[in-house]
Amino acid sequence: MRKRILGVVALSAVLVAGAGGLTACGSSDSGSDSKTITYWASNQGSSIQNDKDVLGPELKKFTKQTGIKVKLQVIGWNDLLNKITTATTSGQGPDVVNIGNTWSASLQATGAFVDFDKSHMDTIGGQDKFLATSMSSTGAAGKTPTSVPLYGLSYGLFYNKKMFADAGIKNPPSSWQELVTDAKKLTKPGGKQYGITLAGASYTENAHFAFIFGQQQGGNFFDKSGKPTFDTPQNVKAVQQYTDLISKDKVATPASAEHTTTNDAVEDFTSGKAAMLLGQNNTNTGIEANGMKASDYAVAPIPMLSPLPAGGKKINSHVAGINIAAFKGGNETGAMKFIKFMTSAKEQVILDKAFNALPVTSEAAKDPAFQTPENKMFVDVLANTAAPMPMITDESQFETTVGNAMKDLIAQAATGKSVSAADVKKSLGDAQQKMQSGG
Amino acid sequence: MTATDSAVRDGRRAGKGSDRTPRRRRVAQHRWLPYLLLAPAIIFELLVHVIPMLTGIGISFLKLNQFFLRNWLEAPFAGLSNYHYAIDVNGSIGKALIWSFVVTIGFTILVVGISWVLGMFAAVMLQRSFRGRALLRTIFLIPYALPVYAGVIVWKFMLSRDNGMVNHLLAQLHITDGHTFWLIGNNAFASIVVVAVWRLWPFALLTLMAGMQSLPTDVYEAAAVDGAGMWQQFRKLTLPMLRGINQVLILVLFLWTFNDFNVPYTLFSASIPKSADLISIHVYQSSFQNFNFGLGSAMSVLLLLFLLVVTGVYLLFTSRRSRRA
Repeated sequence: MRKRILGVVALSAVLVAGAGGLTACGSSDSGSDSKTITYWASNQGSSIQNDKDVLGPELKKFTKQTGIKVKLQVIGWNDLLNKITTATTSGQGPDVVNIGNTWSASLQATGAFVDFDKSHMDTIGGQDKFLATSMSSTGAAGKTPTSVPLYGLSYGLFYNKKMFADAGIKNPPSSWQELVTDAKKLTKPGGKQYGITLAGASYTENAHFAFIFGQQQGGNFFDKSGKPTFDTPQNVKAVQQYTDLISKDKVATPASAEHTTTNDAVEDFTSGKAAMLLGQNNTNTGIEANGMKASDYAVAPIPMLSPLPAGGKKINSHVAGINIAAFKGGNETGAMKFIKFMTSAKEQVILDKAFNALPVTSEAAKDPAFQTPENKMFVDVLANTAAPMPMITDESQFETTVGNAMKDLIAQAATGKSVSAADVKKSLGDAQQKMQSGG
Repeated sequence: MTATDSAVRDGRRAGKGSDRTPRRRRVAQHRWLPYLLLAPAIIFELLVHVIPMLTGIGISFLKLNQFFLRNWLEAPFAGLSNYHYAIDVNGSIGKALIWSFVVTIGFTILVVGISWVLGMFAAVMLQRSFRGRALLRTIFLIPYALPVYAGVIVWKFMLSRDNGMVNHLLAQLHITDGHTFWLIGNNAFASIVVVAVWRLWPFALLTLMAGMQSLPTDVYEAAAVDGAGMWQQFRKLTLPMLRGINQVLILVLFLWTFNDFNVPYTLFSASIPKSADLISIHVYQSSFQNFNFGLGSAMSVLLLLFLLVVTGVYLLFTSRRSRRA
């Protein structure tokens, strides 16, 4: 009998372990040599294929110039951080990778990326070629950056000109209160048309708006020593300002709660289901890919609270953008050549135009392509009313915990339950506790 | 164990009557050969299961966050604090884990139960020969043959609120107004159960069909002569004769479903609705999204213990019963 029990225990152990109770991290593709580099690009265009189409000819140009082949993989935003983390643990990453610039300090802490010290900076053309605002999101203050800017982005309010005219609204809203009033006017009974659409199931978008509206409300998600302060009254108000669009004011499309990316929300905007959309400047790639003409819509800065509450800051975007970094231990020489190429003025003009991004180098910024009123507006926001997300090591946990908490609140609102200030406070408190146990 | 016993017995029998030296050599060979043959399996078992599992247990005692990701052996020792966080029901982490555990248990029971009933029913129906049987079999097995991602992403489209086929169909049939959320809120649980069953039941069907092929037909004929109806034949003949297969099948379905990661991840991406907060995704979020690999590992170890106990009890119970039977 004892033998049988032992056998049973052994068999169950093997079965359970085999079922994957604990899994090790899978390795990623690398396999580069001095003549090849692997490059993980983030999804910038209207689709992954669109990214490949844009980058393909440029990478060929690079190969022609240097003899180094580039193995390209375009990765969607929902998977990128996870893939980078896995690559960091296994040490099997690509040579070059795009990162969301808000993750700079978090990823810097892993020690996986090559430092852009003086010699590496000089190799890629010197720090002075980059715009100062873009350089503010490349790593913790006072530390050697481990990434450099690649694409500049900032938020704006996209609006449908015809729908505004039909509703008798002449100008885009100039204050948040006005945005809500306008959105109510644009929302028609029967669920055919709403004032606005959001990417409510995207944790990154949610976290960005928590930060932006938090700044306006006079709140901060971390104190000076870097400790989380998620559930302060100001932050609760900021999150509620955003979720109210669905729960209290009911001016956002209910489907917003299901949208995992801004591209999903774009469909509401281009199909006429929603009149407004909060998006970064590259959103127009998706809008126009969906068949809407540039003359059908316009862009304005995201309106601010008026008057701003005590301590509130005039911030309507974070310093958004994409950085480029090199993994340690790979083909570092090739990687630096590639980063130099991608951040050269010539490539910046080509890529920023294709992806509707803002240039991150001063030389490229002078190009006439970026002098359109729309681009000027985004540049102005980036330069004057944008603040960098907290450049601290816990930043990416802030995005995931707060962003996911907001996702649940938005889902709650969309399925017909009210979202009270107490609900928001509790969610943010839970998010903070989840994050703290990791630090 | 039985196979080894009989091999030894055969060896002894073969050895009988031959002279001493070759027999000794043969015995020596017999002693090493099984280990030699098992060696590759053992080595791979170590590499694929045992070492990662031990590593995971080790990590559960570390405070492993992004600072130590690259050199995780240098992460500070956390003692039992990760376990404390995981089971502390007064904290948000413990509460969320318990919730996720309850959801997963409910999910597993439903999915395994429905998949087994469907698989059994279809297998019995497909036993009899009729026109189009081969075609039907192939159609039934499609979900299992499809790559998970391809199948589940189609479900994701079908279940979306505004443009999904499910809502469209329900509205056409006047069952709902066509504005139901299936991928968020409480309905997300129903959605994940349906998709998981869709994915899993063909495996139950496949296994049971294979099992039924081996059942003797004369027993059924005799039963039919004695006047046993279909239900009686099923209850008194099919079920008892398939007991061995069902034991393994249900255990495997249980373990696969409890740990399923692909289906929920593809359907909901990384941030899963609370009503469908399955444990595999929950552990993934704690580890990979919140950079808290120690806590994630502690949760995994707790689950491993749970599954070990459940599986052990199940095997003990079923093996006793089948011996008695």
